[in-house]
Amino acid sequence: MSFQAIDLFTLLPELVVLTMACVVLVLDLYLPAARKDINQLVSFLGLLLALAAVGLVGASYGPAPTLAFGGAFVRDPMSDLLKGAVLVVTLLAFAYSARYMRERNLWVGEYHVLVLFALLGILVMISANGFLTLYLGLELLALCLYALVAFNRDSGRGAEAAMKYFVLGALGSGMLLYGISMIYGATGQLDFAPVAAAAAAGMENRILVFGLVFVIIGIAFKFGAVPFHMWMPDVYQGAPATVALFLSSAPKVAAFAMAVRILVDGLTGLGGDWSDILIILSVLSLGVGNLVAIAQSNIKRMLAYSTISHVGFIFLGLLAGTQHGYAAAMFYAVVYALMAAGAFGVLVMISHRGFEAENLDDLKGLGDRDPWLAAMMTLVMFSMAGVPPLVGFMAKLLVLQAVIDIGLVWLAILAVVFSIIGAFYYLRVVKMIYFDKPIIDAPVDGTRDARIAVSINGLSMLVLGMFPAALLSLCERAFAS
Amino acid sequence: MLPQFPWLSLVVWLPIIGGLAVIANGDKHPEPTKRLALAISVATFVASLPLWILFDSGTAAMQFVERAAWIPAIKVQYYLGVDGISMPLILLTTFITIFVVIAGWEVITYRPSYYMGAFLIMEGLMVGVFSALDAILFYFFWEAMLIPMFIIIGVWGGPNRVYATIKFFLYTFFGSVFMLVALIYMFFQAESFSILDFHALELGLRAQILIFLAFLVAFAVKVPMFPVHTWLPDAHVEAPTGGSVILAAIMLKIGGYGFLRFSLPIAPDGSAQLDWLIIALSLIAVVYIGFVALVQQDMKKLIAYSSIAHMGFVTLGFFVVFAILRETGSAEGAAFGISGGMVQMISHGFISGALFLCVGVLYDRMHTRQIADYGGVIHTMPWFGAFVVFFAMANAGLPGTSGFVGEFMVILASFRADFWFALLAATTLILAAAFTLWMVKRVVFGPVGNEQVAALTDLDRREALNLAVLAAATLAIGIWPKPLVDVMEPSIQHLVQQVQVSKLPAEAAAIDHDATVMDLAAAHAN
Repeated sequence: MSFQAIDLFTLLPELVVLTMACVVLVLDLYLPAARKDINQLVSFLGLLLALAAVGLVGASYGPAPTLAFGGAFVRDPMSDLLKGAVLVVTLLAFAYSARYMRERNLWVGEYHVLVLFALLGILVMISANGFLTLYLGLELLALCLYALVAFNRDSGRGAEAAMKYFVLGALGSGMLLYGISMIYGATGQLDFAPVAAAAAAGMENRILVFGLVFVIIGIAFKFGAVPFHMWMPDVYQGAPATVALFLSSAPKVAAFAMAVRILVDGLTGLGGDWSDILIILSVLSLGVGNLVAIAQSNIKRMLAYSTISHVGFIFLGLLAGTQHGYAAAMFYAVVYALMAAGAFGVLVMISHRGFEAENLDDLKGLGDRDPWLAAMMTLVMFSMAGVPPLVGFMAKLLVLQAVIDIGLVWLAILAVVFSIIGAFYYLRVVKMIYFDKPIIDAPVDGTRDARIAVSINGLSMLVLGMFPAALLSLCERAFAS
Repeated sequence: MLPQFPWLSLVVWLPIIGGLAVIANGDKHPEPTKRLALAISVATFVASLPLWILFDSGTAAMQFVERAAWIPAIKVQYYLGVDGISMPLILLTTFITIFVVIAGWEVITYRPSYYMGAFLIMEGLMVGVFSALDAILFYFFWEAMLIPMFIIIGVWGGPNRVYATIKFFLYTFFGSVFMLVALIYMFFQAESFSILDFHALELGLRAQILIFLAFLVAFAVKVPMFPVHTWLPDAHVEAPTGGSVILAAIMLKIGGYGFLRFSLPIAPDGSAQLDWLIIALSLIAVVYIGFVALVQQDMKKLIAYSSIAHMGFVTLGFFVVFAILRETGSAEGAAFGISGGMVQMISHGFISGALFLCVGVLYDRMHTRQIADYGGVIHTMPWFGAFVVFFAMANAGLPGTSGFVGEFMVILASFRADFWFALLAATTLILAAAFTLWMVKRVVFGPVGNEQVAALTDLDRREALNLAVLAAATLAIGIWPKPLVDVMEPSIQHLVQQVQVSKLPAEAAAIDHDATVMDLAAAHAN
């Protein structure tokens, strides 16, 4: 592998995030407890710089994929868009966090450092062009997340959740590694392009399919698709709400990137095999996610099951195996990340000192307590339910279109039936917000950052829903080859 | 064509943006907020008048067309236009909304700005439904309507409002998602989401039947047709007066409109195959629901069931065309049935809207809708009594009111198809008279029922004005329906031409048809 200085330019966003994470790490040592907000400012600055870097690198290379480090790392329109999306979501996550973490004495530099390193892992995953790079990014992400879930070290439930996440996560990673080793054994390659070439060369593919199954298990675990979803409700419930916010949004985008890189870039030749597996995973996820969500009284768990059902939809787009399908799944993944951030963001904002908003009842009467916040939550909920004019509808429309395009009308019908079932529990949240009287009347987070974040987040549902063309054309461009 | 002023966009977006402005205005100063809402609703009505004045009733082509790319990647367009079928419904919408705003003026005390704003947004969305010519745009408005209605019923509704509004939402959501799948399916056949391209699309019989069924679920829930009507009485009973008026007067029409815009022209052969189903369901609605209405104790429920029965007439008029064409081949007779259904829709908009306003007047004073709680209202509210009797007569189909025109046209058309259809349909004249007049007898006439009734005050200026204008509209269409029928004529003629032409692919038609006949025969054998 030959190293060229120009490679570093391709990596600019990652380098910015890494640098800023290190700066926060060191800076935090010199900050008195009262001045921890500076960490937040530095992190904001870093994220904005990274966004600029994504734009700069994207603009200077254009639509053709750019390889770096001997093909281990790739930058293409897909990575540009996904990186932009996770950076924005992370910005939102930080903006929501401040009051919540400060009230719990968790407002320390480590929070920013861990999130930024997790972000770095995500960025590496998005740009991975081989199993090795991918795995590096994945583990960086996973280790940071384990620590973040247990971030409130006085919380027994947090520790339990982290433990569960760690054990199951290690198992998931193990499966993935095992699958990778099979694929390596069959093809002798670790980068996606040579793997694809070897797979296409008409080799005996029994071992390859064997490896594929394990790799998909790894992917399904990271997504939280049924039947590899068990960890999600517990982890969402046990983690601090701000961490659950981050955990439910950005890593799903990374999981999407991982699925596309492995399945579409690396194992295209086995498209017939993996799309059948994805059909099963997606039907199960849609069914279990939507049905079990109805039974939840804890809103974090409800959102976890809702995530599972959204994952089913993302898989629907992927399994179509067409450019439009991939673009639809990508649109869905990005939109989903925004929706999840919004829903958890509102939860973070209505939690306060000594009180975690996590039961559905805690949302009662929000329409009276804080009309604007209630309106934003309503937009997010209707968007998740897939009701126009919100963007969730567009995402579902695109995915359904992709599925019907390949002739799987029955699958589309199944998906819409489950989305009717799903509409019920989103409606129940809206019902709580507007039709019930408040049972708590604590003040809602009034910090400027959080309010700006929630407004951007909620209104983006409406704006993207009414004008989806720009985002959609970016998604289409990522797969136009 | 010269670029013209975008009247349709104006009528769609003015109330939506206006509604948001009303909400933003808040409730600190309710009076100016309400005046703003009224001004916007009147302005929207005025803005919709050019659609009628400048309308060219000599053509069936779409008018006031606006077309622009919206989501180029999936060929979705912002494509609006009206013909003789949708234009009267748009005017009905903008007209009725004014009364809804006025009716809520003093009654709504909890967050009136939200209430008025939600109705204005609804208005824009409903106009959008009637004017959209792109299937996704149509669906967009169609589903978006649910959100304000969900909130209106849930926040300002009666005691059991939460159950009613969730039932309303889930029923209609359930209905429409299948339509979405059908629309996407057709996109891949037509390579376009334009509804007019769908009209021109050749489809096999099996596909047509499936598409027809998907649309049927969507529109039947909205109309509502027996047996998916059960959400309507619940929603009506719990909805505030304005919500009931909008539901009965306009939202139900959207289902009927859907049949004319989608089912008939897109799947004419499928419709012809299954017309017996719709006719049977319509007749059940007319007769059975008529009897159900007879035994209601709650005035709003009674009118809700009466609405279902009357909407049965509408769907009967629309689907009797196939029987007429088969029996007599008379396109004119077929057009008569559809015109009758359309007139019935407009007329029902006025009459049911007015009846719900009447119930609202009583409810605001006594806070009960039970028939048994009233009696002898005419002694204390003579003006009100007069209006109730008038609208009840119109509801029963008294000649000279608009209720008569539509029903008469549909019954006449049914005669051409089958004597028994007409006979069953005509029972509505008896049943509607029975349930409406019996209610009037128990509520309005007789001795004064109790002390509360004795203390009632008659209509105030606002209420009287509302009812008087609606009464005038009912009379106008009853006495001189010609302008309305003339406006619709070319479009309905065009529609009948469309349903007469088979859309089956030429070579496959014979085989496909045989296959279905054999399927049916096999089903019978089992």
